[in-house]
Amino acid sequence: MVTIRLSVPETATAGDIIEIKALIQHPMESGFRRGSRGEVIARDIITRFECIYGGETVFAANFFPAVSANPFLSFHTRATTSGTLRFRWTDQNGQTWEDTAEIAVT
Amino acid sequence: MDQPVKPSRPTRRTLLIATAATTAFGWLARPALAAPGELAKAQAALFGDREIRKGRVDVTLPPISENGYSVPIRIDVDSPMTETDHVVQVAVFSPQNPLPNVAQFKLGPRAGQASIETRIRLGGSQAVTVVAEMNDGSLWSGSDETVVTLAACVVL
Repeated sequence: MVTIRLSVPETATAGDIIEIKALIQHPMESGFRRGSRGEVIARDIITRFECIYGGETVFAANFFPAVSANPFLSFHTRATTSGTLRFRWTDQNGQTWEDTAEIAVT
Repeated sequence: MDQPVKPSRPTRRTLLIATAATTAFGWLARPALAAPGELAKAQAALFGDREIRKGRVDVTLPPISENGYSVPIRIDVDSPMTETDHVVQVAVFSPQNPLPNVAQFKLGPRAGQASIETRIRLGGSQAVTVVAEMNDGSLWSGSDETVVTLAACVVL
């Protein structure tokens, strides 16, 4: 089971700039490391992150092997409407993980 | 009878400092992993041959990174983030890592504020460069240096 941690304010005033933090549990194996017998450990990384708010992608990221294990992101968005923020991570093989957070905008 | 400790005897503290200094020098003397020009190539692949001006991008790295596997980086781009003037893309480059590309971020006027934080791997002491692309197509860059005592990619 993959752990996803999100930090989204529960309430906000319309127009406020809110900080969002998102972390997912993932080894982000760079493909540059070697195992105990000298064999190269295959690359296994998350390559894409998206935050969708009100049906619009408000923030996206492309990750390369230099992003640390358990990739953490902090970014900002403007609170517009009450609703759901969807967070989606996609790895190099197309596997996705999703989580959502609700925000009430007054 | 207890012998008093001679002042010339190296203490645990001086030994630790000496070891750390030797290790740090070892990393500095190590040749760069990425071939020279890789960074310029990666930037050209993303932005073409457009001029990259210095300024408007503020990068914050810790002065000393004890663990190259997880170095916190903070990027602030000076932009009002309005419909007519905003950041569309932010790209992080490393001159010392095996791959020059570290991460790329896509933003828009909905962001409100162009501040991003994440954690990256660094394969040695270096100056990390961040390039921001504005909606008018102009490119701005900023960088910050950090000393990495335990480099990623080299040790298991």
